[in-house]
This record gives sequence, structure tokens and C-alpha cells, in this order.
Amino acid sequence: MIDASVFLLAAALALGSGVAMVLVRNAVHAALFLVASQLALAVLFLIQGAFFIAALQIIVYAGAIMVLFVFVVMLLGVDKRESLIEPLRFQREIGVGLGVLLIVAALYLGVGTSFAVADLPDSAGPRSTEGNVEAVARELFTHWALPFEITSVLLIVAVVGTMVLAKRRLRS
Amino acid sequence: MTAFVVVSVIKVFVVFGAVLGTVLFTIWLERKIVARMQSRYGPNRWGPFGLFTSLADGVKLFFKEQVSPRGIDKAAYVAAPVLALIPAFLAFAVIPFGEHVTLFGQTVTLEVTDLNVGLLWVIAMGSLAVYGVVLAGWASGSKYPLLGGIRSSAQMISYEIALSLSLVPVVVWAGTLSLREIVEAQIGTFGTIGWLPGPVQWIGHLIPKWYVVFQLPAFLLFMAAGVAETNRAPFDLPEAETELVAGYHTEYSGIKFAMFFLAEYVHIITISAVAVIMFLGGWDGPHLPFLPWMWPLMNFMGKTFTLVFLFIWLRATLPRIRYDKLMVLGWKGLIPMALGWLVVSATILTVKDAYFG
Amino acid sequence: MPEGYFGDYFTFGMFAGLVVVLVGGTLLLARLVRPRVDKDEKLSTYECGVDPIGGGWTQSTVRYYIFALLFVIFDVEAVFLFPWATVFEEIGIFAFIEMMIFIAILGLGLVYAWRKKVLEWI
Repeated sequence: MIDASVFLLAAALALGSGVAMVLVRNAVHAALFLVASQLALAVLFLIQGAFFIAALQIIVYAGAIMVLFVFVVMLLGVDKRESLIEPLRFQREIGVGLGVLLIVAALYLGVGTSFAVADLPDSAGPRSTEGNVEAVARELFTHWALPFEITSVLLIVAVVGTMVLAKRRLRS
Repeated sequence: MTAFVVVSVIKVFVVFGAVLGTVLFTIWLERKIVARMQSRYGPNRWGPFGLFTSLADGVKLFFKEQVSPRGIDKAAYVAAPVLALIPAFLAFAVIPFGEHVTLFGQTVTLEVTDLNVGLLWVIAMGSLAVYGVVLAGWASGSKYPLLGGIRSSAQMISYEIALSLSLVPVVVWAGTLSLREIVEAQIGTFGTIGWLPGPVQWIGHLIPKWYVVFQLPAFLLFMAAGVAETNRAPFDLPEAETELVAGYHTEYSGIKFAMFFLAEYVHIITISAVAVIMFLGGWDGPHLPFLPWMWPLMNFMGKTFTLVFLFIWLRATLPRIRYDKLMVLGWKGLIPMALGWLVVSATILTVKDAYFG
Repeated sequence: MPEGYFGDYFTFGMFAGLVVVLVGGTLLLARLVRPRVDKDEKLSTYECGVDPIGGGWTQSTVRYYIFALLFVIFDVEAVFLFPWATVFEEIGIFAFIEMMIFIAILGLGLVYAWRKKVLEWI
């Protein structure tokens, strides 16, 4: 009962702020709605019993990536009447097309999969309250060790990319 | 079921009230201590030793007019103080401050809840704290708050990394993220130390098994990063009054200003409490035979206030450092040092496990 | 039923609810009781006492942006470290070597940024 109502509330909040993010004009308000959406997603993870993913959702998405967004908007000193010239041609059309594609893909996956998560024994599944982090970590650092190491390469590429961008801007 | 709900309600209200009370007390303590260190009296009108001054200030700010200047972004301007204060309080949901009490026939643990990712929760709430500052700076539509907000958020995100990294070695040693289990791993003393010469073997009985003994560098890094993360002197650049008037909350008045002020002090107490839990053995300490539930609580509060005193002492002693030096200290000092110490302590643990079992 | 999994949530959710209600309620209540005297002079933003010149939203140096980007990268590193730390002793030497490689690669990134002098403020 409580689970279901919390789910409905959080899902409505996530969807509502997602829609609001697309509709508002002001860049900072849009970013804030995205933060609200991320936090609602974290609540959804939490009621699935995935404490660890919920914490990551807040730390990485709401606490780091969105801070970067808001920060950049602040740095640019955007006026409230931001000019509406779109540098990419056809970006609205492409955006709508990709959105439709995503919905179709999600529906396809949703219809084609049976959600039998509740059948898992409590100690093995992601629902177990004890050792949630440990379970993820055990998998990540034994079976998926190589992808994990490759992540570090990805991150260092990001560092180098930052340097290149920044150097160019600092010079000009 | 009913008993559980009643206990929960009591617990939630008591924790909230206790945090608020502690914050008011800390504000009074700071004003009093700084005053004594500067040969002044400090607040001494309301209540014994001016103890109710913070409460009176709060009431006064509550009834004060709110001046919202022209050209603000209304929604973000109102949201900022709320977003500063809520995460600060929520971080307290996982802080254990004592052992157990028996209430209505139920064993009640002295904390709101024990998440098994408790530590990550505290870090997550700390990472949300930056929104209050960023939004306040941006929404005011004024130059000083904007500069203060940008500066402050850059400082907070830089030191947040050092703060998280300095906690990892402790988790490596404890093997859990639950704050209660981390404290329980530190209870007791080393006992008789076998490899010391006979007559001094007993000295192990005097040394508590707190992580600070082996993790002293991590403790120092954590406290340094914590002072910067809470925007306190000598790292109080966000509100460097000589250059930025009052930083991000220049345009705030009345109850909204009070909320920023409260949030800062809640953060100080959170950082102190986390330091006590991670490094100083939480509620471990002397016990007397009567009132068994009270002593852990007293130990915890005593240690926390010792660290809070340290924060105040630093403010009264050290001058503010320059902004470029602050960023260099964060990125070239604390972060490499925290990573280095993590490598060292992981190596020590690996060698210990491999050769000493 | 209330113990354990569900019970933790219940208390936790109640605490979160209480905090939100009390903080929001304070703000609303203060709105009702505080005085409001409108005067045009009060509404200007603070700029050393003289009338503000130009708009409040100005541009800032790109250096802040670099630090924000670096922060995201190292924050991701930090969240990998926490789960690793919980299973460190369990997995043993393999986990140790794994993480040393990870830290070394990211440390290289920090050294690169250091040598390229983006960590300097001036």
C-alpha cells in the first residue's frame, strides 16, 4: 500500500518535472526541474530496495552533473531573455524523432519482458536489505573487472578533453 | 505495530528538536567563545550567560520584513534557502548517536534509521548542499551574490572530493558503509600487545581501538576538507566580507537569511558528528554503572562538541586565505594526499592480511 | 512487519516529511506575520550604496568551468571507491591490484592537468 502510493507520487513527480523541464524557457529553471526529476528517480530506486543505486543517483547525477549544468548557465551570465536562435539545424525535428524512437524501444522492451523480480529469494536479489553495496561490488570487481578498468580510460579521456577545450578558450 | 509508529514519531521529533537545539546552542557557543578569545563579553542579556540569545535572534528574524530586491528570479530566490536547509537536516537521518533505549517494551536504537549505505547518504546530502549556494547567488540578480555563489560552489565541489576520498581508507578498514557498524568496529581497546617488551604490554589497554590511531592522516585531511566544505574560516571565502559584502546571501533578509545561517551550523555539526563516528569511536568511552543508555550519548556529544570547539577556535585564530591559494590547496594538496594515503593504507592492509592473517 | 526493511523506510520517510513540512511551514508562516513596507529605494540590489550599474548577471572566467568538469570526473572515481572498499578484504589481492591500476590511470589525469597548468588559478 505505502509502497504503491510512494511509487505513484515519485513517478508523477519524475514525469511532471521532466515535462516541465522541456517546457520552461529559463535555462536555470529547466536545470532545476531536471534535478527534481533525478531526485524522484532516486526515490523510485529506493523503493525497489536499491539503496546503493539511489545514493549514486543523488551523488553523481543530482550532486555532480546537474551542478555542472547550473554552474555553466551561471557562468555564461544568461539573461532572462535568452535569444532563441538554434545553432543546430533541424534540431527540433531530430529531437522529436529520437524521442519517438525511445518511447517505441521502451514499450517494446516493456511489453516483451516479464517482471518476475519479486520471485527472487530475498538474500540473492537486489531487494535484499543487507549487503546491497557488497553484492554490486562483488560482481563489479570480479566478473566485470575489465569494463571497470576501461571506465578509468573513459574518464581520463574526459580529463584530456576538458584540457583541450579549456586551453583553446583561455587563449582566445 | 502501534508501538512502533508511536516510537517512530517520538524519535523523529526528538531528533529534529535535538538538532535544532544543538544548532542554537552552537551559535551561542561560537559567539561566546570568540568573544572571550577577543577579550569581550559576548552575548549576556537573554537568560543565564546569554544562553537564549540565539533563540531570541531567531524569533526576531522570523518577524522581520523580507526585502526582495527588484530583478530577482522569484522562484529560485525562494527555493534557495529551503534547498540549503533541507539536505542539511536530512543528513542527520542516518547519524547514530548512542546505543539502545527500551521504550514501551521496544528496543529503540538511538538514530532515525540505520541504512546500510549510511555514509553514502551523508555524502549525497552534502553534495546537494551546493544548490542552495548556487541558486542564492544566481537568483539575487546582483553582482556580489553572483561572484560569491560561483566562488563558493567551486570551493565546495573541489573540497567535496577530498572529503569523500579521505573517508575511503576508513571504509577499507571497516568493510562496511553502515555508520553504526563502523562505530561498533571501534569499541574497546587494543588489550595486551604481544610484541611489546613484557613490562609495557599493558599499555594497549589504555589505547582505544579508534580509527584515528592508524588513520591520523585521513582524519586530518577530513577535518581540513570539512572546514572548507562548510565554508568556515580560514576558508570562508564565500562570505569574505572585505571583498564580497556577504557573498551569496547579500540580498537575503529575515527568515530566509536565518535559514542559510542555520544550514551552515547544521553542516558544522554534521561534519563533526561524522568525524566522531568515522575516526573517534562514536559513543565509545567511559561508562558508569547507573543509567546505562546515557553514557554513550554523553560520550558522543562530548566528542562532537570538542570538534565544534575546534571549528570555532580556528575561526578565532586564523586569517582568511586567498582564493587562488585555496583552490591550489584543494587540487594540488588535499586530493593527491588523500589518494596517496588511500594507496598507503590499502597496501598496509593487504600486507597485514597476507602475512599476519 | 514494521521491523527491518519496511520499518526503516517508515521512520526515514517520516523524518524527511517532517523536515520538509517544518522548513516550508516556517517560510509560509513568516510570510503571514512579517510586516511589509514597500519603498522603491529598498528594492535596488546592493552595490556599495550607490545605484547598481548594469545588470546583475555577468560573465565569469572559464577557469571555474574547468574545475566543475574535473569535479564530475573525480566524483565518479570516488563513488567507485566506496563499493570497492566494502569488499576489499573479501576479494583480497585481486581487488587491490585492480584499484591500484584504476587510481594510477586517474592519477595520471590529475598529473596531466597539473603539468598543463590548468590547476593554477592565475
